[in-house]
Amino acid sequence: MKEFFETSAFAGVTISLMAYMAGVYLKKKLKLGLFNPLLVSIIATIVVLAVAHVDYDTYNEGAKYLSWLLTPATVCLAIPLYEQFELLKSNFKAVFSGILAGVITSLVTVLALSSVMGLSHEEYVTLLPKSITTAIGMGVSEELGGYVTITVAVIIITGVLGNIFAEIICKIFKIHEPVAKGLAIGSASHAIGTAKAMEMGEIEGAMSSLSIAVSGILTVILASVFANFL
Amino acid sequence: MKYLKQFLIILTISFIGEILKELLPLPVPASIYGMVILFVCLLSGIIKLDSVRETGKLLIEIMPVMFIPAGVGLIASWNVLKPLLIPVSIITCLTIVTVMIVSGHVAQIIIKKGKNKEQM
Repeated sequence: MKEFFETSAFAGVTISLMAYMAGVYLKKKLKLGLFNPLLVSIIATIVVLAVAHVDYDTYNEGAKYLSWLLTPATVCLAIPLYEQFELLKSNFKAVFSGILAGVITSLVTVLALSSVMGLSHEEYVTLLPKSITTAIGMGVSEELGGYVTITVAVIIITGVLGNIFAEIICKIFKIHEPVAKGLAIGSASHAIGTAKAMEMGEIEGAMSSLSIAVSGILTVILASVFANFL
Repeated sequence: MKYLKQFLIILTISFIGEILKELLPLPVPASIYGMVILFVCLLSGIIKLDSVRETGKLLIEIMPVMFIPAGVGLIASWNVLKPLLIPVSIITCLTIVTVMIVSGHVAQIIIKKGKNKEQM
């Protein structure tokens, strides 16, 4: 039985989805932001894998089909963007200034903190693309000579934290405009944050989707400039 | 057949994105090329909203669960991450907050200015 579980292609994914639904239920019942379904699911799955001695590769045999859907799902983010195109046009200046400001803030914050904490050049460029979507961030890190594995891990952690704290940060710092909320979430926490923006509303989701693409491309250009600063 | 047709269109665009990624020497993933292609096709009317809407919305709705494997995969990179844990945690948390505040407020200020102008 144990051996069967260790090699089952469906067990891992089923547990992940069950934990996700449990997270959704807990959040609804307890109204606590901490019970972020994504976080609950990741932690529960890690615990189950560790207890049952299933290694990540076995889990991924089934789970890779979830990841496989990411590319078509990201392509579909064009749909809310199209539906909100009028809004995008009438707020063109605000949208692009917001995203550009977000990208520069991300690079400046990483530069300032890296030099304060005395990180090496390699460690610094590893963290530079941390706010953008994984696939673009990996490319940037590789090109600048960073540690790609760490970049990927940091990007995912950034996304999950953004997903958890987006609502609270917007509330505390008085970001009320749906357009501004979406831009803030997308610029700070890419696609994983966008999943949250999508739950907050159509406008938030559309603006967050746009931020993924635009901030990713702007970071490709600006990170190569910032790489010279430390 | 509706869902199958819609899924086929979405997959075809993903595939074209993959081809572009192969041909162009930029660190841009297939999904971003695909998103731009679908957006342009919808705007120009080459693809009607009705021919992708339901499947697209379904994929977007279940999108959060697609990040679970990547999150669980953090256990695999734990050993590399461990020595840098403290600086990485500080930088990660602070950057999220600064980026959200600056990006959100820059956009919000410009939107409000525009609204005030309209009222005058």
